[in-house]
Amino acid sequence: MASRDDILGAVRRAQPPATAHPGVAGLGNRFPDLPAKFAEMVAVVGGTCLRVPDLAAADRALRELPVHREAKRIASMVPGVGAATFDPVAVADPHELAGMDLCVLAAELGVAENGAVWLDVRKLPHQALFVIPEHVAVVVQASTLVHDMHQAYAAISHAPGFALFLSGPSKTADIEQALVIGAHGARSCTVLLVGA
Amino acid sequence: MITVGLFIPCYVDQFFPHVGMATVRVLERHGVRVEFPEEQTCCGQPMANSGCADEARPLAEKFLRVFRGYDYVVAPSGSCVSMVRNHYDGLVGGRTGHEHLKAHTYELCEFLHDVLHVEKVEGRFPHRVGLHRSCHGLRELRLGAGSERNVPGFDKVKKLLSSLEGITLLEPSRADECCGFGGTFAVNEEAVSCMMGKDRIADHEQQGAEIIAGIDMSCLMHMDGLIRRAGKPIRVRHVAELLAGEG
Amino acid sequence: MGHAESAALFVRDDARAHWHDQALWFVRQKRDAGARSVPDWEALRERAEAIKAHTQSRLAEYLEEFERNATRMGAVVHWAKDGEEHNRIVHGLLQARGAKLLVKSKSMLTEECRLNPYLEARGIEVVDTDLGERIVQLNHQPPSHIVMPAIHMKREEIGVLFHGTIGTQAGLTDPKALTEAARQHLRQKFLGATAGMTGVNFAIAETGGIVVVTNEGNADMGTSLPPIHIASMGIEKVIPRAEDLGVFLRLLARSATGQPVSSYTSHFHGPRKGSELHVVVVDNGRSALLREAGFRRALACIRCGACLNTCPVYRRSGGYSYTWLIPGPIGSTLAPGRDAVAHASLPFASSLCGSCTDVCPVRIDLHHQLLAWRGEIVARGLLPAGKRWGMRLASWLLRFTWLYALAGKAARLALRVLPPAWTRALSGAWGRQRELPVVPPESFRETYRRTRGQP
Ligand code: SF4
Repeated sequence: MASRDDILGAVRRAQPPATAHPGVAGLGNRFPDLPAKFAEMVAVVGGTCLRVPDLAAADRALRELPVHREAKRIASMVPGVGAATFDPVAVADPHELAGMDLCVLAAELGVAENGAVWLDVRKLPHQALFVIPEHVAVVVQASTLVHDMHQAYAAISHAPGFALFLSGPSKTADIEQALVIGAHGARSCTVLLVGA
Repeated sequence: MITVGLFIPCYVDQFFPHVGMATVRVLERHGVRVEFPEEQTCCGQPMANSGCADEARPLAEKFLRVFRGYDYVVAPSGSCVSMVRNHYDGLVGGRTGHEHLKAHTYELCEFLHDVLHVEKVEGRFPHRVGLHRSCHGLRELRLGAGSERNVPGFDKVKKLLSSLEGITLLEPSRADECCGFGGTFAVNEEAVSCMMGKDRIADHEQQGAEIIAGIDMSCLMHMDGLIRRAGKPIRVRHVAELLAGEG
Repeated sequence: MGHAESAALFVRDDARAHWHDQALWFVRQKRDAGARSVPDWEALRERAEAIKAHTQSRLAEYLEEFERNATRMGAVVHWAKDGEEHNRIVHGLLQARGAKLLVKSKSMLTEECRLNPYLEARGIEVVDTDLGERIVQLNHQPPSHIVMPAIHMKREEIGVLFHGTIGTQAGLTDPKALTEAARQHLRQKFLGATAGMTGVNFAIAETGGIVVVTNEGNADMGTSLPPIHIASMGIEKVIPRAEDLGVFLRLLARSATGQPVSSYTSHFHGPRKGSELHVVVVDNGRSALLREAGFRRALACIRCGACLNTCPVYRRSGGYSYTWLIPGPIGSTLAPGRDAVAHASLPFASSLCGSCTDVCPVRIDLHHQLLAWRGEIVARGLLPAGKRWGMRLASWLLRFTWLYALAGKAARLALRVLPPAWTRALSGAWGRQRELPVVPPESFRETYRRTRGQP
């Protein structure tokens, strides 16, 4: 604790005179067609956005995709979407999730300005479920779309646990700035936008 | 009639008298009375940019003494004007006349544009001209929007030049990258400085420019030195020469 | 060796220097497009700057608030005054749990603390999992860029490196294939890891959460499997509220790579079920910098790398020409505060063009800071004596108009009458690749007086 008090003491002595927090009001971006912008940005970040009227249509659309057709181990966290082959709740050790092909996830909201979705991982049996599968599919209700990150942060709360903004598949450009999809996490990210 | 104190940076005085004379002509053509206070030498920028405030201070004091009586001070250099406007606070801040000098020292194009509100410059310059945007004019004096910022586009120098008859203005592919002069940087970091300069020149050549025009002779001197050593046909001209109608 | 000498070596390979310049210019262009896609970009930058300034002005309180809330969320907060203490804490945690394989996502702070060699010397395998960082780690190099650690390497070189280290086939140069090989190689490391470590992009005082941003998902892989997550953060990473993230995240990725947001923006509030979260809060010179009114703004840096990508000097001299781990304008601003003697050349490794200042998402006045550091270097007597005396002489001469005019005349005369070989020799570093100006017979003041009469 000596270091803690030393550091805080040094910081306190070093702090400049107080200035006000400017707040975050008055910033942001508004788009005339929210679902269209969201779908556009999902594509920009390397994902695929399918617009479907309801969950049944989402299920049909997903099953037609190669990421589903060719998948052997599928988990679905969205009842009625995707043909799950196993229930991750029954998996004790997340390491056993390695090699799973597809996980279907439900997003709390989607952000139009950057194609990101907010995934509340607290609701999942394993934190790894959004990153360890070869592919992910995310179900987003159109009614949850927001324009920008300011609106997104106004809408989410921070209880203990893990949550994230996921924007498209895992990617890297670390070799000569060449964009490669599928670095460590999902090789593809299909967003099913429901009710738009 | 507006009277301006003409500030001719020391290296322009010694090496580029024609640029000083062109500046006089441009100002006079726009109805300005020009006085050149002969006591002037150097604004102190080389010292200040090297971190030598003690060496820069006496020159800033002298500059303030020489120019403090003028309504406006005008110079054909963005860099030296930036020195007076942005860096004199720490050297002569609080002295009589400093605030006035700071607010009324202008780069030539800026003066024409902001104070005289010149919309069109009479004259012809039937050449293919690449515009070199010197950094201090651009980012310290804000003579243009700059490629980095997301603000409505404007370019005071380009606006004036484009009003000349017959001129073809060409944009380099990197709109406002530094030429690598940078004062003592040109010598301290000779290798990078020269590579930067050559890259700028090549960019202008690729656009088909015959002439590289700029508001700072220092950048142009650096590029001209590289051009002549390499025996290239492209030439440099100060914007004042173009605005003075010296085709 | 100072920056100028290392840079000269880099520039000597003209083709490679141009390749490096172009690669980074490409990133700068992507950043420009990203910035232009946001109509309130400049307002965002101003807001980010103001939030950081406010945070600095109450930093101790926010750190305490963060500690309180992070603890409430179930994390354990540690404090380290310097790199050594940081490393000791991390090692202690790993040792107590018998952890032998640590997977680490990108953290410039752990580089700064030299954590890897510390742990390796104590028998712990450390695997950097960001692809670029893994590449330089396998190549026994530090990162040459804070966002793109292996930007200095060509694909062919990475192919050879991977062939020799992770057993890819010889001659592999396709970035996709190389990335795939790294994915397989690192997947095994993730699955075998007994501890995960990350940096921290933002620590939220109000909620006690930490936010880690990656494109690859390596921080998420590294924290979703092992039983312990250690996160290292500098004291400057704390922000007051969660809603402030809206401002910073809209700026960060766009500034870094032009992306609208990074692929994974992970919010950790306490540990994963059945696991531990330890946050190590590190000072290591930061509170000393906070004391410096002229230089504290540099602590606002969110490590986007934009100032490196736009810097015409960095692009043409590479990360390793800088004498400190963080290269480019921000590194040259931070380094002399740590050791002005060792890094005396860095504030001069800039043409002061100011492009860095205009791209910086938190509006650090980088080129003015570099200029101010030059003043400090001179004040501390660290400028080479010859340069200082040159400035003294010039300043003295320029005080006397007649002397200046006379000296100018003499110099011009000399340049005109001396044989070209002599003048070239006299022109020194200027004349190696450049001609001197063509010397006119008269100065401006002479011409003016002759044509206009006495002023
Ligand atoms: S100083 Fe500014 S531009 Fe440079 S890395 Fe930090 S935040 Fe980015």
